[in-house]
Amino acid sequence: MRIPCPICGTRDRREFYYQGAASMLDRPAAEAPLEVWHDYLHLRDNPAGGTRDLWYHASGCGSWLVVERDTVTHEVLGAALVEACDAD
Amino acid sequence: MRIDGKGRVDRTRPVTYSFDGVTRTGLAGDTLASALMAEGELLLGRSFKYHRPRGVLTAGSEEPNALVTVRTGAQADPNTRATVQELYEGLTAVSQNRWPSLDFDLLAVNNLAAPFLGAGFYYKTFMWPKAFWEKLYEPMIRRAAGLGALSGAHDPDRYERAFAFCDVLVIGGGPAGLMAAWAAAKTGADVILCCEEPEPGGRLLSEDEQIEGRPALDWVQETVALLATRDNVRIMTRTTVTGAFDQGTYGALERVAGHLPEADGLPLECFWRIAARRAVLAAGALERHVAFRDNDRPGVMMAGAMRAYLHRWGVVPGQSVAVFGNNDDAHRTARDMAHAGVDVVALIDSRHDAENRAGDVPFYPGWQVARAHGGKALEAITLRAPNGRHEKLAVQGLGVSGGWNPSVHLTCHTGARPVWRDDIAAFVPRDGAVPGLSVAGAARGTFDTSGCLRDGAEAGLEAAQALGFSGALPHLPQADASPYRLRRLWAVAGKGRAWLDFQNDVTVKDVKQAAAENYVSVEHMKRYTTQGMATDQGKSSNVAALAILADATGRDIPETGTTTFRPPYSPVAIAALGAGAQGMGFAPQRFTTSHKASVAMGAPMIEAGLWYRPSYFPRKGETHWRHSCDREVTMVREAVGICDVSTLGKIDLQGRDVGAFLDFVYTNTFSTLKPGRVRYGLMLREDGHVMDDGTTARLSDKHWVMTTTTAAAGEVMRHLDWVKQAFCREMDVRFISVTEQWAQFAVAGPNSRALLNGLLDSPVDDESFPFMQCGPVTVGGVEARLFRISFSGEYAYELAVPARYGASLFDLLVARAEGMGGGAYGMEALNVLRIEKGHITHSEIHGRVTAFDIGFARMVSGKKDCIGKALAARPGLNEDREELVGLRPVSAGHLIAGGHLFGEGAEPVSANDQGYVTSVGYSPAMGCDLGLGFLRNGRARHGEKLRLVDHLRGVDIVVQVTDPVAFDPEGGRLRG
Ligand SMILES: [Zn+2]
Repeated sequence: MRIPCPICGTRDRREFYYQGAASMLDRPAAEAPLEVWHDYLHLRDNPAGGTRDLWYHASGCGSWLVVERDTVTHEVLGAALVEACDAD
Repeated sequence: MRIDGKGRVDRTRPVTYSFDGVTRTGLAGDTLASALMAEGELLLGRSFKYHRPRGVLTAGSEEPNALVTVRTGAQADPNTRATVQELYEGLTAVSQNRWPSLDFDLLAVNNLAAPFLGAGFYYKTFMWPKAFWEKLYEPMIRRAAGLGALSGAHDPDRYERAFAFCDVLVIGGGPAGLMAAWAAAKTGADVILCCEEPEPGGRLLSEDEQIEGRPALDWVQETVALLATRDNVRIMTRTTVTGAFDQGTYGALERVAGHLPEADGLPLECFWRIAARRAVLAAGALERHVAFRDNDRPGVMMAGAMRAYLHRWGVVPGQSVAVFGNNDDAHRTARDMAHAGVDVVALIDSRHDAENRAGDVPFYPGWQVARAHGGKALEAITLRAPNGRHEKLAVQGLGVSGGWNPSVHLTCHTGARPVWRDDIAAFVPRDGAVPGLSVAGAARGTFDTSGCLRDGAEAGLEAAQALGFSGALPHLPQADASPYRLRRLWAVAGKGRAWLDFQNDVTVKDVKQAAAENYVSVEHMKRYTTQGMATDQGKSSNVAALAILADATGRDIPETGTTTFRPPYSPVAIAALGAGAQGMGFAPQRFTTSHKASVAMGAPMIEAGLWYRPSYFPRKGETHWRHSCDREVTMVREAVGICDVSTLGKIDLQGRDVGAFLDFVYTNTFSTLKPGRVRYGLMLREDGHVMDDGTTARLSDKHWVMTTTTAAAGEVMRHLDWVKQAFCREMDVRFISVTEQWAQFAVAGPNSRALLNGLLDSPVDDESFPFMQCGPVTVGGVEARLFRISFSGEYAYELAVPARYGASLFDLLVARAEGMGGGAYGMEALNVLRIEKGHITHSEIHGRVTAFDIGFARMVSGKKDCIGKALAARPGLNEDREELVGLRPVSAGHLIAGGHLFGEGAEPVSANDQGYVTSVGYSPAMGCDLGLGFLRNGRARHGEKLRLVDHLRGVDIVVQVTDPVAFDPEGGRLRG
């Protein structure tokens, strides 16, 4: 698997650390109800098809990326810096 | 026997080798299989289950029978295919799976017991009694039915792993592959051409064909020469592309030195990961057998292999041969053998309407071979006429062709299934099966050379064009364009055992029995019969087996489907995949600047993550680590000790908003910290559990340095990057790890200030440098940082210098300390010192504890948000928890980390579990063992007596619960 880091170029996935769903970007407000926080922490979609997840270019530039890929075809559709992204 | 004037071997260069202890001579250019065939040796192995004699079936890596062990001792390499092992001077090979000898194998009695050893016999026969399986059946089966054995010794050979990159990867060096490489290379694209054989040419090496009116191999040579002149082309021979993976990643095994008498510094093999923007699969096709009674006799081989042995190595299996096939291609074998002067006694074509394309040879259209005769060598075949009449012919070799299977394997590695093509009775690749991979030539069912050349040129050009390169289709050379016609024939009807999978001894009857017992899914049939599960993965037998299954279950072949193709295409040694990772290569080693000095002082080094740290510094007369540890602890408490703490993570933070950023990642407030001051901080994960702790110093208004624990340094850096990039984008903060740029030493003990003041260019005192102060100092003119912090609970400092001064500073500090009754201390003493003070490490903050658990609930500031704050307030995380406590033994015996705590009268079972011990050490100051641990509602239970039990290590003692801080609870010592 290869991931196109917007800063370093396309690199082998061994350079990256996998985190999980990009919904982690959608951090609730501090005073949000506990239910909202529970959903944020625990609930994940498990799509057959398009997905957006977080990867960290640990052996590269140290950027957190949102990688768009397809869980069925394994196609990597693109990657963007977390700094330039919002959650779904 | 060798045929004059044929083959590409060098007849002027004899090569001496040994097989089963007999010294023999072959020729340069031979494989082990061709050299043995030249001497009439056809018996090369014994089958897996029945120990039937087996000979060479193929001329390539798909070989199921001719498996041998090459080389000896620790270098012995079992299950090497004699068909691809190139001969070299001094090669040693032995046959496998026979006892006492290949010629006389006692375990061949299994063959007589065959009626009891059919499909599923393991499952049926050896089920009961259960206890017999491990002790009796399995060892017995493993001894009787096996392939080659590993030496059991450490592999002394060197292997390598490497990465390669290209625009267009061409897999296969035959006519399609060469044209693909040429077409792509002409556009300027970077091309890698991988071919499995020692030289390009593919099937052309094994045929008598013309291209542009001249021998085909002339064209091969010219094309290779053209490619070799271009610096955008890399030809990798002896390299098998073994797997296709996501995003254009391919695995490939290069056999670097396996064909040389001496590796001479070269690795034996190299495993490549090739990142290709586009790829062309031109891997050709593999011939398949026809099943008939005793079709496994040595001397029966694939028709195309028989031709290959003739044209590549100038050898044939005997003076007289026959050819049996269901397609036109088989006729070439009869034709070429007859041309070479071999007596072709019959060309048998199962198609009644077939025309003889072999010239003047006895032709039997509509006939079939019903049986092979002979034991260790083929002696005769029985033919069956269309009218059922039988005829027996004496032959020494039989070439068989059931047609050709395109090598679709790589196109299926990412999950696609191949498509059945009725006209060639074979599976072909599904379009777009692997993104970026196109298929050319025989691998997609184009079998004539002319078609392969065109296919390859088009695929190579298209691949380059898809990447934006431009060029024209190269000239297409004139070549053979004979059609390939066949009519399917999988098995010849009749009694007796007709073999499909030679390596695992699977017969037509086994597949039918599986179907009869309702193993009708191809995946179930495979596992029940073990069809295709040997090292050759059923390359020459799978399609026939599933055709027979389809027939037995009344379905067609597409409906029956194929089993799953998985990497690797051909076996890859674990040693190659894991090259460089043996022994200390398994993980990188990180050394501190004091490493050499510590080792020189005799300190045993222990691993702390990737770091190596000194355990203790033994002195003369100390015979046990505890002697050294107790002395070092006492030294720190009473004089001064030096400890290298450089392995702690150090993160340099700069910017206007560092304070605000730290407020968000730490539970407590940092923005109020004054320059020149240090504060202890606690960091949570977003789920509210403790991630890490450490101190952060504010060096100046906009410049801070954070320390993390050694264990979590990487995790914290990743976390800070996450928090900054995800949630604090607008903040003016930049940070970088400087762990390796600074060497840092703890100077701890009542004499620490005196020691430092002898070293620093200007002295410090308690007023200018109170507890938790930090600031710049100079040591011998070197700019350094001084921190008044203490992990030991003693009056202490930490002194940091640029790493290049670390080694000399350590020497200096230790020498000064020794002059003051102190010295260096290691991890054991460090651990005891911190346990005495109740300071936590990742033994305590192990991922399941909260700030509440460790008694730091008040460190979670109510005035601001921080990572983990919301979820740390969840119900269940702040009441009725296991809380940090201190422990001391009351009865005889030692505390033990990992032991569990129970009420004094309670049964030590998990239902009664009250908590557990995380850290223990012997405290010289207190004169007893001290422990830290977690106990249910422990803070309210100080003074209580409990039972500490470790069932694994047989510990059962009584302990008393205490405050976690055992030594100097008021902290007077560290303030001085
Ligand atoms: Zn990057």
